[in-house]
Amino acid sequence: MSGEAGLELHDVRGPSALGGGWRRFTELLLLLSVTEFKRTYFGTVLGYFWSLLRPLLLFAVLLFVFTKIFRLGSGVPHYPVLLLFNVVLFGFFSESTQAAVQSVVSQESVVRKTQFPRMVIPLSVVLTAFFNLGMNLIVVLVFILAFGVSPTWTWLLFPLIVATLFVYATAVSLLLSSLYVRFRDTAIIWTVMATALFYATPVLYPIERVPSTYLDLILLNPLTPLFIQARHWVIDPSAPTAVSASGGWTHLLAPIALFAVICALGGWYFNHEAPRIAEEL
Amino acid sequence: MSTERGKRSNGVRDAPVVIEAREVEKAFRIPVHRIDSFKERVVHPFAQPDYRTLEALKKVSFDVHRGEFFGIVGRNGSGKSTLLKILASIYRADAGSIRMAGRPAPFIELGVGFNVELSARENVTLNGVMMGLSQREARGRLDSVLDFAELEEFVDLKLKNYSSGMLVRLAFSVMIQAEADILLIDEVLAVGDAAFKQKCRDVFREMRDSDRTVVLVTHDMNAVQSFCHRAMLLDNGELRQIGDPEETGRQYLRMNFAKRRISIGEDKEIALVPDILARLSEAWLEDARGERIDNVEVGEPIRLRARIEARDDLESPTFRINFTNADGVQVFGLDHEMAGEILESGQQASVSATVENQLMPGRYTVVCWVAVTRNEEETAHQTLKLLEFVVFGVEGGPGLVKVPGDVGVEIEKSPAPEGTR
Repeated sequence: MSGEAGLELHDVRGPSALGGGWRRFTELLLLLSVTEFKRTYFGTVLGYFWSLLRPLLLFAVLLFVFTKIFRLGSGVPHYPVLLLFNVVLFGFFSESTQAAVQSVVSQESVVRKTQFPRMVIPLSVVLTAFFNLGMNLIVVLVFILAFGVSPTWTWLLFPLIVATLFVYATAVSLLLSSLYVRFRDTAIIWTVMATALFYATPVLYPIERVPSTYLDLILLNPLTPLFIQARHWVIDPSAPTAVSASGGWTHLLAPIALFAVICALGGWYFNHEAPRIAEEL
Repeated sequence: MSTERGKRSNGVRDAPVVIEAREVEKAFRIPVHRIDSFKERVVHPFAQPDYRTLEALKKVSFDVHRGEFFGIVGRNGSGKSTLLKILASIYRADAGSIRMAGRPAPFIELGVGFNVELSARENVTLNGVMMGLSQREARGRLDSVLDFAELEEFVDLKLKNYSSGMLVRLAFSVMIQAEADILLIDEVLAVGDAAFKQKCRDVFREMRDSDRTVVLVTHDMNAVQSFCHRAMLLDNGELRQIGDPEETGRQYLRMNFAKRRISIGEDKEIALVPDILARLSEAWLEDARGERIDNVEVGEPIRLRARIEARDDLESPTFRINFTNADGVQVFGLDHEMAGEILESGQQASVSATVENQLMPGRYTVVCWVAVTRNEEETAHQTLKLLEFVVFGVEGGPGLVKVPGDVGVEIEKSPAPEGTR
């Protein structure tokens, strides 16, 4: 065509999950999630307290029920801290995925009227929830130290858990948000499923209390080994590891496989749907 | 504001191609009965959703050159907005190829992605990044955006506290300050008040004369005639005409306008058909010494001059100058019929009108309505906007015009007769 820079013709391929290059993708992602995060935390005076209030209230209720009524916590070292820790971790997963379900549809005007890498939208929701998790973990740390849990070197491994949880939440969010474009009852179904998952993950109960008949079932949930391992590394080194709780490596193959399948499915399906999202809305 | 560089369409055509579309096709599947929940999927596991296929674009090919102001016209549902969305990577074409040089910025609607909970500062950055700038570039243009929108004082005000007028100004300013290589604009002129539309026109005129490439989707033929270097006409997804904007406009008008019948006299009707007949070369106001002026003082005669170029052979054309006030009320009109004369295509007509000024102070718009009788049943017509001006002065009063005359009121001397009580 012409020798001038920037004048070479390039193909216009239409919308996609990542379109526009990595730089644009990360810029948009960070800007959207930081803006949303700032809005919740600095938009109102009570912003931070409100976002803390939810896990703390839930924690207080659960603590009362399971230490005073069911006495599930008796004999479990640092049960109150463990409960808070688990509630905050699971809170990240359920909040991010539930917010992500409708995210693409609710950003309809942007999706239909700008050239926009579609994947940014659910990802920014997960990232905002991730920032929230960071803020909540600061409070959890205060509680952990206040309840006399002594720091160990294995705390350094905790980011691995968080990273894996983040990947999983992202994959589930991608899958749900693109399914929601086609099937509007995805949101209702997921609300119920998220509640079911709450009980299918060792959040309230320690894994060693699970009858061995149901252990493999609970272990199918990819979140389960993560929560077991997090407890072992952060709260109570005497608690079983994911491997020992499940009874050997082989028992972990199922959740690992499921994890991989969901990640692949989420990424693939979103990518597959992305070019047509604007038309389906 | 408009410069002589406007007439360089030949230069533009030699410029390199920046948008190359080849046999672009797009069809939408419109579900007759939509299965949009898992529940329905489960209840009717084998139901195949019924689709009606709507072919929005059928093998459309065209080129746009650098620096060109390119119009896409067609009636609603002709596929013009779909084409723009494909160019903007919002939709994906089913077949064909599109190649583009440089970065496009789509403006399908004003203020896309504005978040009312955020301040203007944050929104301008956000919108800039959405349109493809880096964060630093987006922040860098904040000042020029606010300057153009005249909203510097409100930079930290949340958009929810903006008036709708301020919002439109900000959104429009964001659009024209976009430093994109190719602007893709859809019907922006359709929103906003008269002053805003005027601003749009000024900006479009500047864009036409600048090096920017603009693709404008519209069904305003006046915009096509005054801004576009070239235009194309889409009808039912097919390309009907591409090239000269006036020819495109003419075909659009002929194709789309049902003939409007008006009765003249007894049992006689003629059809009024919109057409492209002429183009405004320039229009201005003069004072008594022949100097050009922008506005007229109350009571001073209005001396209007215009040069109009015929774009078709006009036989016995009628020119009517209409004055409209700021409320859109037509105050008066003056006719001139060039009976028996022929104005050939390309010839200039010089129009001059001197009007005794009885207008109240205010803003007025002057348009020139050109009409040609084609045959006994059909009259072609076009409205050209000439100019806007202000009648200034302190004199106010009721009504639209000041008509000379006296009103007298006096008390009657003799008492009223008893019986009338």
